Amino acid sequence: MITLPRTDVAAARRVRARELRRPRHRTISELLAEAPLLLAALLSIFTTVGIIGVLAFETFEFFTVVPLSRFLTETQWTPLFLDKHFGIVVLLSATLLTTAIAMLVALPLGLLAAIYLSEYAQPGVRRVLKPVLEILAGIPTVVYGYFALLFVTPILQALIPGTAVFNGLSAGIVMGIMILPLVASLSEDAMAAVPRTLREGAYALGATRFEVATQIVVPAAFSGIVAAFILAVSRAIGETMIVAIAAGLSPTLTLNPLVPIETMTAYIVQVSQGDTPQGTLEYRTIFAVGTTLFVMTLALNVVSQWVLDRFREEYQ
Amino acid sequence: MVSVPPPSSRPAPLPPPSTTPPPTDDPGVAFDIRALSLWYGRFQALRNITLQIPARQVTALIGPSGCGKSTLLRCLNRMNELVPDVRIQGEVYFEGANIYAPDADPVEVRRRIGMVFQRPNPFPKSIYDNVAWGPRINGYRGNLDELVERSLRRAALWDEVKDKLRQSGLALSGGQQQRLCIARALALEPEVILMDEPCSALDPIATYRIEGLISELKSQYTIVIVTHNMQQASRVSDFTAFMLAGEERIGELIEFAPTNQFFTKPRDQRSEDYITGRFG
Amino acid sequence: MNAPTERYDGGHLGRRRAYGRLFEWLALASTALAIVVLALLLLDVLHDGLPRLSWSFLTNYPSRLAARAGIAPALVGSVYLIALTALFALPTGIAAAVWLEEYPARNWLTRLIEVNLANLAGVPSIIYGLLGLGLFVRALGLQRSLLAGALTLALLVLPIVILSTREALRTVPRAQREAAYALGATRAQVVWGVVVPAALPGILTGTILALSRAIGETAPLIVVGAVAFVAFLPTSPLDPFTVLPIQIFNWVSRPQPAFHANAAAAILVLLVVLLSMNAAAIFLRDRARRSMRW
Repeated sequence: MITLPRTDVAAARRVRARELRRPRHRTISELLAEAPLLLAALLSIFTTVGIIGVLAFETFEFFTVVPLSRFLTETQWTPLFLDKHFGIVVLLSATLLTTAIAMLVALPLGLLAAIYLSEYAQPGVRRVLKPVLEILAGIPTVVYGYFALLFVTPILQALIPGTAVFNGLSAGIVMGIMILPLVASLSEDAMAAVPRTLREGAYALGATRFEVATQIVVPAAFSGIVAAFILAVSRAIGETMIVAIAAGLSPTLTLNPLVPIETMTAYIVQVSQGDTPQGTLEYRTIFAVGTTLFVMTLALNVVSQWVLDRFREEYQ
Repeated sequence: MVSVPPPSSRPAPLPPPSTTPPPTDDPGVAFDIRALSLWYGRFQALRNITLQIPARQVTALIGPSGCGKSTLLRCLNRMNELVPDVRIQGEVYFEGANIYAPDADPVEVRRRIGMVFQRPNPFPKSIYDNVAWGPRINGYRGNLDELVERSLRRAALWDEVKDKLRQSGLALSGGQQQRLCIARALALEPEVILMDEPCSALDPIATYRIEGLISELKSQYTIVIVTHNMQQASRVSDFTAFMLAGEERIGELIEFAPTNQFFTKPRDQRSEDYITGRFG
Repeated sequence: MNAPTERYDGGHLGRRRAYGRLFEWLALASTALAIVVLALLLLDVLHDGLPRLSWSFLTNYPSRLAARAGIAPALVGSVYLIALTALFALPTGIAAAVWLEEYPARNWLTRLIEVNLANLAGVPSIIYGLLGLGLFVRALGLQRSLLAGALTLALLVLPIVILSTREALRTVPRAQREAAYALGATRAQVVWGVVVPAALPGILTGTILALSRAIGETAPLIVVGAVAFVAFLPTSPLDPFTVLPIQIFNWVSRPQPAFHANAAAAILVLLVVLLSMNAAAIFLRDRARRSMRW
């Protein structure tokens, strides 16, 4: 570094201050670097807007032809026939029936599995079981549909006479198995968040492992478990392939799990497979059904998040 | 830790800075810090620091933990601004120009001032790329190979790595990694090197080597080193700045003096208390 | 002074222990059920499908004769579709994640985007199909093409790519960024020169997992118009197409057992593809862990 003679130092000082100023090209290049990133991040908002927009537009057109009262109160769903009825309750009942059966399987078994993994399992056992659960969660639903129709249904038909080839029970059971890993892993996360000291305090009072697990840990993780359950319901409602393959494509208003039924999602698949021209009433029905589906799952997801936020237990 | 002596026994506070005296023309001054204060949100971390750091010397910033010495160091290359909600008052003249002027670009400031951190943090790139990355992104047009070799030599690392420049920087030992970080800083040919407790994560032998390196470097660079180790400060530095955070936990400059003088005949009672180990 | 033990009736330790053991058994059984079901499923598919697997099966086209039918268009369609989906989803997802993680400004905008992402992750995949149908197929006029399908799937997996990329970026220690800034780097240089390269293995792992989800998707593609009787291999992104899961669905829906066997064989192929993708992801993740010893 050159030492400048004192008289030139003032001049040098001005030079240095100028050197520290930000070059214009850098401001521009930094902005250019950030812009595409921001656009990409905004895409998520555009997707939501897109979904709502597409659904709303077609559903609105649908309701200009079919009044909301018919949609909600009719008890038949025959939009593809000459004698058209648009009672959503038919599809809705099928969705709820299969969902209920699935929850009877997934919720208790999933919670038990979570308790086992969280409170009982040895590290070696965990190392085997957790990947198995992950694999189960990763199997495509169309494979589960195959399993339901060609493996589970024949067994049910042997066990329960009168079971049709397409029925809600088989689809519901297999859907429950599919959702079980989700319930298990979310519940286990909730239980893992319970601090060790809580358990230790209970053990120190002479509690058995069973009592600690069921009376201390599960209540302590309650909000997370409830949120997990709600998410499971949402998942079941939105499930398509298992019910499309195993439950059938004939809309029937019934609570009988042994007969063919058609869920909301299966109906959308059914119509999409055909050649329905754009702009027709039939085309619009899938959007009306889709909107119903979207609203239900969105509401459940929001409630699940609200439960998590509102009732979250605060540990130091 | 014994508490700081009560206010009544404190010497008179430093005189308030006079309004805009000209920044020093003295080329022997690397940093001219004037009435520097810093807040993180509502919490004030530094108060009214006024200090001139001599060029081509080693200045040590010492004091008990939490006194603000690292914070002050990071003010010298505007690294504190990486923290959100930080506010700075006062001026820091670096060779005559205020680095906190409204139109001063932190990127330009940091190009001219090198920094070495407490834990060695080489990039997960090759040794060569670790040293070359800084010059590359700043648009260096000369011979990179020469620059890399020069920097590694100056950091006393060349002989140990010259055959394995393509190996990952993470494969080196702790002391070697720190010297790699020094080489990385030297590659930009700064005039100042800031070191934030550079040896605290290293073993004694590596520490010894780096202290030796500092003594070699000071002939060409201004070095400001933060250390919590008084023996290291007295070994390595030419000047010492002693800081303390009072009861309000706000860092202040207590005393600044040539190292020899500071450790043998400190002017402030608090300095003496710190040196003799009565607190900190 | 000791607590009078007469006030406690001995604790019924034996009975409590018995309940505990019963419960533990129940819990283990529930967990084991998962393994049992998985095993049953795999065995069933293997039993039905393995005999049907052959080179001709992989290279034949669909046919009305079950014995002559094959999955060539479906397999090729799946591969093309995933490649196109990756082409759209990867850069966009990484860009969005980088913006959310590395460009601070914790304000209403980032919060809105994050809420959106969380909600989108919970939307049933068939709804994405409806979006694709209304927007890509009809409004943009792409018809029932590979392109429409890829765009739809890209939107579907985008939240996954963004989430896993963000996590990968978070694993890069702060000290790396500080070192880069201290060398006089701008934010773009810090992000693209140091942070993203360091996070790359984690990003790739997350992408592979997102794509392995996409390859099994059926419902949204049916809605977008992938058909099952495709007699040719797609040659351009605007061609009609089919994918493996849809072929499976089509064959399962037929009454003849011979087609069921075809479906099972196709399932085996799909599972093998999935297995390899997941294995690749795990391999990448372990290599990343080993080489980035911060």
